[in-house]
Amino acid sequence: MKVAVVVQRYGPDINGGAELHARYIAEHLARHADVEVLTTCATDYVTWRNERPTGVETINGVPVRRFRVKRERDPDGFGRRSEHVFEERHSIRDELAWIDAEGPTSRSLIQFITRRAAEYDYFLFFSYRYYHAYHGARAAAPRAVLVPTAERDEAIGLAIFKPLFRGVRGVMYNSPEERAMIHAVSGNHEVPGIVVGVGSDVPNNPQSNRFRQKYNVRSPFAVYVGRIDQNKGCNELFEFFQGYLRDVSGKLSLILIGNSLLPIPQHPRIRHLGFVDDADKFDAMAAADVLIMPSYFESLSMVALEAWALSKAVLVNGKCDVLKGQCIRSNAGLFYEGYAEFAETLHAIEANRWLAAALGRNGRQFFRESYDWSVIERKYLDMFERLKTEAPKRTMEPLPGWLERRRRHVPAAKDVVANLPVGPADGELRGDARRRA
Amino acid sequence: MSDFNVRADSVNVEQIMEQIRARIREKRGVDYTEQQIRELAAVKLEKFLDPRSVRSDLLEYFRKTPPPPERPNYDFGEDTLFETHRGVVRWFRRLLQPILKLFFNPNPLIQALHIQSRLNTINAERESARHGIDQLYYELIHNLVLETTRAGIEIKNLKMRVESLASRVEFNERRARALESVVVYKSDEERQQRPAAPPAPIPIEGRATQPSAPPASPSTAPTPPAVEGPGQRSRRRRRRRGRRGRGPAAAVMNGENAARPDTPAASEPLSTEDLSTFTGAESHRSETPATPADSDRDSDGEDESQ
Repeated sequence: MKVAVVVQRYGPDINGGAELHARYIAEHLARHADVEVLTTCATDYVTWRNERPTGVETINGVPVRRFRVKRERDPDGFGRRSEHVFEERHSIRDELAWIDAEGPTSRSLIQFITRRAAEYDYFLFFSYRYYHAYHGARAAAPRAVLVPTAERDEAIGLAIFKPLFRGVRGVMYNSPEERAMIHAVSGNHEVPGIVVGVGSDVPNNPQSNRFRQKYNVRSPFAVYVGRIDQNKGCNELFEFFQGYLRDVSGKLSLILIGNSLLPIPQHPRIRHLGFVDDADKFDAMAAADVLIMPSYFESLSMVALEAWALSKAVLVNGKCDVLKGQCIRSNAGLFYEGYAEFAETLHAIEANRWLAAALGRNGRQFFRESYDWSVIERKYLDMFERLKTEAPKRTMEPLPGWLERRRRHVPAAKDVVANLPVGPADGELRGDARRRA
Repeated sequence: MSDFNVRADSVNVEQIMEQIRARIREKRGVDYTEQQIRELAAVKLEKFLDPRSVRSDLLEYFRKTPPPPERPNYDFGEDTLFETHRGVVRWFRRLLQPILKLFFNPNPLIQALHIQSRLNTINAERESARHGIDQLYYELIHNLVLETTRAGIEIKNLKMRVESLASRVEFNERRARALESVVVYKSDEERQQRPAAPPAPIPIEGRATQPSAPPASPSTAPTPPAVEGPGQRSRRRRRRRGRRGRGPAAAVMNGENAARPDTPAASEPLSTEDLSTFTGAESHRSETPATPADSDRDSDGEDESQ
C-alpha cells in the first residue's frame, strides 16, 4: 500500500500542530505502508517563503518530496479578503480568491497529485483550510482521506469547503466535537469517518528533578507549553493568573515554555523559559502540578494529551468545546469559563493533591486507551481497509458555473459558524470514561 | 474552598465542576433566591432605602421604552439594476448592457447606491448595538438597585448584631463590677484565726446533696448561705480560676487519689457556689452553664484548702 501524506510544511524543526501531527502520522504509518510526504519548500507559515530546496529528501526514514510555492502570502491582502468573506455576503469566487490568498499556492504540487494520483492508494490531506488540501483533495478525490484539523473559527463556515467534506473518501477527525461541527456544517454523515487524533512520543522516565535543578525551580508550578500568543488565550491566562496570585493564598508559580509573541508580565511567580528541547519540555511537564491550556480554538491539544500521558492534571479553557469535551470524557481535567472558575479550579488542584493525582491517573488511562500509537495506527489501517472494500458513496461536486460563482449569495462565514451547535459532543469515548470513573 | 465530597477513586469532573460553581455562587453571597431578591427590591425598598431617591420600578420603566423601529434597507449589488425574475429578460438586458453603456455610464450610479446600501446597513447595526448597550445599562442599574437593597438588609442585620454585642459587653462589665465589689481583702492572721476544719458543704437551695456526702460535724453545722462571708467565696473562686489554666487538678496534685472514686475528693458533695447564683448570669442565654467537670474541680479545690 502506498500512501502520500500531503501537508503544507514538513520538517523535524517545524512544530506547528497540524505539521507535527502529519509528521508523527507519516513516521508511524511508514512501519505499515510505503509512505511518501508531499509538501512545499516553505517553513514560515505567515509568508510561505521558499526556504528549502525542491526535490526529494529523507527525514527520519520517510521520503519527503518538496514543491515550490508560486507566490508568498500578502498578509494585508489576505486580511482584507478574510474580512470580506467572514463578515459580509459574498460569492464563491471571493472564497476561491480567499483560499488562493491563504496559500501555500503551489501549483506544481497540485499538478503532481493530478498526474500521479494513480500511483498512490491513498492521499492523506492535512488541514482542510489550506490551498494544497482544497485543490489537492479535489484533484485526487477518489483516493483522498482528509485530516481536517478543524477549529471553530470562521473558515469552517465558508461554502467552498462543504463539497470538500462531502466529496473525500474518508475523514479522520481529531475529536467528537470536530466531527459534530463538520457534520453540522456540511452534512457529510455518509462519508466514512472516525475520531482518531494523534499519539505522542512521550519518554518513559522524564526527570522532574533534572528540570528543577537546571532551571532552579523550587516551588510547585503550573506550566503552559506552546506559542505564547493572543490567539492561544495567553493574555487571558496572564490576567487570570495574576488575579489568582493576588486573591488566593498558595505557592503555585506559572512557567511558560515556548516562543513568545506577547510581553510577559513582570512577576516573581511568572517565569518564561522560551523555547526548550523536547527533553526539557517533558521534564517540565513531569515536574509541574498542572498543565494549563487557555486556548479558545483547538482541534486537538497535543500538549494536553502529553500531560495526560505523564499522569498530570490539566486545566483548560471551557469555552473551547474540544478541550472541555476531552476533560469530561477523560475525567482527567478541569475547565474554566471565567476568572472565578479559573481561581477555584486551580486552587482545587493545587490544594488537593489527591484530586490532581486522580485526574492524572484518569488522564494516563485515557491516553492509553485512545491515543496510544498502536490504537492510532490501527484506526488508520482499519480505515484504509474499509475504504478498499467500500465503494465511494458520493463523488466530488464540481465547482459552480462561471455565473453562479459570481453571485453574491453566500452568507458571511461568521453567521454560519454562529448557527453551529456548541458544547462538548457525546462521543463514543464518553461511555468508556464514565465506566472508568 | 478546597474540600470535595468525592472520593479519590471516583473522580467525576462534571460533579467537581458543579461543586466548584456552587461554591462560587456561595462566595458571591447569593443568600437569597432570585425571586426573593426581586421581592425585596420591589417591596422592602421603602423600609431600608430612601424611596424618594431610588425607584423600585426602574426596570419596568425602562422596559416600556420601545425598541428602535426597523429601518428599511435594500441589498444592492452590481447586478441589481438588471435583475429580473424572467430569465429571458435578464439575458436580453445583459446582452444589451454594452449598448446601454454607450448612452451613459451606470457605474457611478451603481457604486453610489451600493455605498448607500452599506451605509444603511452600518447605521442599522449601530442603532441596534446602541439599543443593546442601553438595555445593558438598564440591567446594570436594576442590578445595582438589587445589590443596594441587599446591602441595606445586611447593614440592618449587622446593626442588630452590634446592638446585641454591645448589650453583652455592658452586661459583662456590670458583672465584673459586681465581682469586684464582693472581694474583701483579709490578712493571713485573720485567715489563721478561722477554724482549720474545712467548711462543710453548704446546701444550696434547689440543689440536691449527694447521698455519699459525709455527715457534717456539729462544729461545722450547716449554716444558711447568707452566713458565709464573701471572702470565702472569692478565695474559692481565685483557686478555681488559677487551676483552670493548668488542666485537671487531679493530674497536677494527686492523680491517683483523684482517679479513685472512693477518695474523699471524689466523693465530696458538690459544695461550690455558682457565680450565677448571685450575679444572675444564668439568666442570660449566652452564658455557658457550669459543667460537671467544673464542679469536680471545685471539689478538688475544697480538698486543697484542707
